[in-house]
Amino acid sequence: MINVENILNTLHMFEREKLDIRTITMGISLLDCAHSDGEIARQRMYDKITKKAERLVSVGEEIEREYGIPIIHKRISVTPISIVAGSSMDKDYVAFARMMDRAAKQTGVNFIGGFSALVQKGMTKGDEILIQSIPQALAETELVCSSVNVGSTKAGINMDAVKLMGETIVKTAELTKDDNSIGCAKLVVFANAVEDNPFMAGAFHGVGEPDCEINVGVSGPGVVKVALESVKGKPFDVVADTIKKAAFKVTRMGMLVADEASKRLGVPFGIVDLSLAPTPAVGDSIARVLEEIGLESCGAPGTTAALAMLNDAVKKGGIMASSHVGGLSGAFIPVSEDEGMIAAAINGSISVEKLEAMTCVCSVGLDMIAVPGTTSAATLSGIIADEAAIGVINNKTTAVRLIPVIGKDVGDSIELGGLLGTAPIMSVSKFSCEELVNRGGRIPAPVHSLKN
Amino acid sequence: MKAVITVVGKDKVGIIAGVSDVLAKYSVNILDINQTIMHDDVFTMIMIVDTEKSPVSFDEVQKKVEEKGVEMGLSVKMQHEGIFTAMSEL
Repeated sequence: MINVENILNTLHMFEREKLDIRTITMGISLLDCAHSDGEIARQRMYDKITKKAERLVSVGEEIEREYGIPIIHKRISVTPISIVAGSSMDKDYVAFARMMDRAAKQTGVNFIGGFSALVQKGMTKGDEILIQSIPQALAETELVCSSVNVGSTKAGINMDAVKLMGETIVKTAELTKDDNSIGCAKLVVFANAVEDNPFMAGAFHGVGEPDCEINVGVSGPGVVKVALESVKGKPFDVVADTIKKAAFKVTRMGMLVADEASKRLGVPFGIVDLSLAPTPAVGDSIARVLEEIGLESCGAPGTTAALAMLNDAVKKGGIMASSHVGGLSGAFIPVSEDEGMIAAAINGSISVEKLEAMTCVCSVGLDMIAVPGTTSAATLSGIIADEAAIGVINNKTTAVRLIPVIGKDVGDSIELGGLLGTAPIMSVSKFSCEELVNRGGRIPAPVHSLKN
Repeated sequence: MKAVITVVGKDKVGIIAGVSDVLAKYSVNILDINQTIMHDDVFTMIMIVDTEKSPVSFDEVQKKVEEKGVEMGLSVKMQHEGIFTAMSEL
């Protein structure tokens, strides 16, 4: 019989420590929907998405009720649209984004990801059209998320795409300037993007994935924080072990939900993503976990070391709790979505440069950072190139999700609402990298990509 | 299906009777009860129940039990036992 203490302990995690499932994401392949007539392709896509995900939200809610586990988001990821839409004669893919938005609203999900292109080595006609369509697509839709992969350890970095993405971010910011440039919060630039990521805005359903699958992302910074409060002053060995145990429990919950969702929906289980995902709510912050390890404020010297240990311990604890681990699996350090990180940005203990260092040791990258609206496309491209280089050389995923907020400058703060949180505008380097960005071409793949 | 019912709140007469009454009405079998008073007057009870023979759905029983909790001014939760075994047993 179940131990009373364990039951109370588990209930405590849900009620006080804000443990939840961040997302159940259904990945749907749209490869079989391609058609030379864009209208027909979109109809096929809409029909497939709404049919496959018909019960996603109701089953998610059913599991939530039965198990008493909060499931914050239900989402859909689809095959990168550039691949499917590339078969059509269309010269503009905004209509595809509108179709995705309608399908998301019809199924009741919170987000749909996959308005994406993978261009790490070069661009097809479809990739080019998709990237050109991103600003308008994000301005016109609510629930559509977009991502572009510009580099990989195997292919190097596509610097033409890096330049283009800096410009695309600026255009997206301008088109959504009346709403705090929120379009940029739905756009991620990746290096080494993964094909089974359940988290937004970077989720897409890779071409190596099955027709349909269920991926689950857990949350749980609060659980780790509370666990660490009981080992104040103890050496790192104890800290790492404590995190491992907490991560194990959190991941077991993720696995249970993934199994149940997969069974009830009749869709194969893909992976559990071990990422510790924060929310702007107090008690659900990665920054506060790092501070609990012994920092006055997140960003102080030692932050990168603490984060490296945290990220590793979460993986070690979680890996045994799930039959398949995948996605991004690491600690997220978005600024606007993390209460402690927002505080650190306001008090000046964290900077874009420190965050860049932190991205070397965790997933995913420079995430949800608001920068001055005057930031040039070239500067954004330079930041993207730096992040991509970290990912490509270290064989890991990195990403950039920056929001140049038109009309705002350092000292201002913007409200993005919901899980996206509050973003204080952070300063970026005033020095130019225009010449570097304008070179274009490709940064060759690193020597350690040649493993065969 | 086995479920765990947790009842927490200010102690008073009739809590066990009240909750058990609802369960009996819907043919939910009580397998185990663990009850204690914490901090002088905080009533804490954990019941393991079996809903197999119940003619109504899990959702329905859950709703009725939780309504009873509201009526008695207690926090009552009914959850599938799977979550507790998953998180605390290998």
